[in-house]
Amino acid sequence: MKAYDLAELAVRNLRESILRNSLTTVGISVGVASLVAMLSLGIGLQQLATRRLVKSGLFDTVVVTSRRDLRNFNRNDDDNSAPSPAESPALDEPARVKIAQMPNVVEAYPDLRFITSFTFDSKPHLTMVAGIPASYKTNDAFEGMQGGFFSSDMAPEVILQKSFAAELLGKTAKPGSDEIALAEIAKPLLGKEMTMRYSERVDASGSAPDGAPGDTSTYSIQSHELQLRIVGITDLDPDSMRGSARARVLLPLNLMASLHAIQPTALRDTTQAASRVPTYSTVSVRVKNPTQIQSVEDAIKKMGFNTFSMLDATRSLRKFFAIVDVFLGVFGSLALAVASIGIVNTLVMAILERRREIGIMKAIGASDVDVKKLFFAEAGVMGLMGGVLGVALGWTLGRVINVGTNIYLKQQSMAPEQIWFVPWWLVGSAIVFAIVVSLLSGLYPASRAARLDPVQALRYE
Amino acid sequence: MGESLIRAVDGISLRVPAGEFVALLGTSGSGKSSLLNLIAGLDRPTAGAVIVAGKDLAGLSRAELAQHRLHSVGMVFQSFNLIPRMTVIENVELPLRFAEVERSQRDSLACEALDRVGLGKRLDHRPSELSGGEQQRTALARALINRPNLLLADEPTGNLDSRTGTEIMNLIREFNESLGMTVVMVTHERTLAERYAQRLIFLADGKLVDDQTNSAVSAVPAQGGLA
Repeated sequence: MKAYDLAELAVRNLRESILRNSLTTVGISVGVASLVAMLSLGIGLQQLATRRLVKSGLFDTVVVTSRRDLRNFNRNDDDNSAPSPAESPALDEPARVKIAQMPNVVEAYPDLRFITSFTFDSKPHLTMVAGIPASYKTNDAFEGMQGGFFSSDMAPEVILQKSFAAELLGKTAKPGSDEIALAEIAKPLLGKEMTMRYSERVDASGSAPDGAPGDTSTYSIQSHELQLRIVGITDLDPDSMRGSARARVLLPLNLMASLHAIQPTALRDTTQAASRVPTYSTVSVRVKNPTQIQSVEDAIKKMGFNTFSMLDATRSLRKFFAIVDVFLGVFGSLALAVASIGIVNTLVMAILERRREIGIMKAIGASDVDVKKLFFAEAGVMGLMGGVLGVALGWTLGRVINVGTNIYLKQQSMAPEQIWFVPWWLVGSAIVFAIVVSLLSGLYPASRAARLDPVQALRYE
Repeated sequence: MGESLIRAVDGISLRVPAGEFVALLGTSGSGKSSLLNLIAGLDRPTAGAVIVAGKDLAGLSRAELAQHRLHSVGMVFQSFNLIPRMTVIENVELPLRFAEVERSQRDSLACEALDRVGLGKRLDHRPSELSGGEQQRTALARALINRPNLLLADEPTGNLDSRTGTEIMNLIREFNESLGMTVVMVTHERTLAERYAQRLIFLADGKLVDDQTNSAVSAVPAQGGLA
């Protein structure tokens, strides 16, 4: 029999016992829906986690340090092909530019930070200040920030960390008491000016060290003051990985660089201090995509620097989600397995009911294969309809979960999240899977129908 | 209880020339329907041979037997055996679906066959909406649709009143005469057989007991063979 004839006959036959076949189809669709809902939840959670991590900057960033740096001397480095610390290159401005020009690198910015004193309301406050690049604007840490980001990368503006802001106002949260609300702290501070003291490194000839390298090896220190306007108060710390070195006052990176302030490492390393070219203790390299971390890291290592990234953490994260997906898929499939038993039952019933009809078809020339195909087609049509219905049902279920979760998040005053996602491949493969499961369920009934003896079947009333 | 072998048809040797109208007569359980099923290829003999148009059905595979039923044989039954869920025209064109005939051709072939049995106007009715005679006409149209050489009829008038039965028998005779179809008809009504069949074969307990030529009915020129 031709395919369209089979399909037509199958649909007709299914329509005849509409209630029973509809119930079976609903059974399949519930199975498919549970599978789709489970898997899309897994995919959605994975995407949520990845999105968060990418935004956090932890997984697309390679931290580069010089091998000359004393801190790295005791490190075990497997990479023996790299030059020894003594002959490794300096992590200076030309090296930074070279790294920034590598493929897949979005930006490479130096880590500029120093401890200094600020005057606010004529009281001095000592803290760590750090420069942050303009790309931090999209960083997760600035979500829920009061005020705004820097107006430009050279603007004399600061963003304060919440604890430092509280210190400026003389407010300290007592242990055990409720935390002070960010908005409460931000109100009296935003738009106010504060003064930063810093020491500029000036070489002996008196010019700033951004010109051509000179032959002098001495430099002097000039003290400066800079008026800064408070534009933002942030709750979170974009430097959370840095532990004790974390900064509580953030400045635009370019402004920070233009100050030529003495870096803590400059005093430690005389060769570095003697150079006119800016040298950095750390350069952070942002990569287009977390998957390209490895190649960029390797390339930087070849240049003779030490690197560090959270790549291994993302690897195990992916493994974790693969396992979660498998578990969710198995549980989702259970419902489909139950539904497949329903298909077997429905088709076996249909054979009993249509025994005579099978006999007639055989008497007028239907082959075993024709009969088998017909029952197969009926199973397949039920699978297709159940699959389509199930995907729609699963999609609706996921949306309901999403809306419900977001209502809950809103009540907890958190930002809404997409915790559930149905990709097109899942829609397609869920329908195909439903058809395959249905066809497998149809195997036994179809071959049983095909084997029926026409003489006996015709005698059946 | 063990199974015992029942010889429904035992040691029958019969040769039916093409174009002949043969009636198989006998009481219930005499083996006439079993013999018909063997010729139809619905059943296979445990021993011996059934040769139809040169092919021994005993040696054919299940798929080949299906092909035989589809192309070489048309069957009508006492209980009509139409598929109740299908309309008249769908029942008639069902064998064409198995023969993979294009949809466009199926309708015209089915209408042609239904016209031949005088049922050209009730195409879209279901069998339950038809009289017994109309149902048997539909079954006859279905038996004709693949233009077989052999028509097998199992008590075709058994469920019909005598007037309708006569109409059906006249149609069968017409197929025999105008289309040259070989007809093998099972019946227990001797008068019916004597009116239409050229040859009367009597069975009892699965054995052939008598084989008479009916001189009252004239023979039709032969076109193929059934042995």
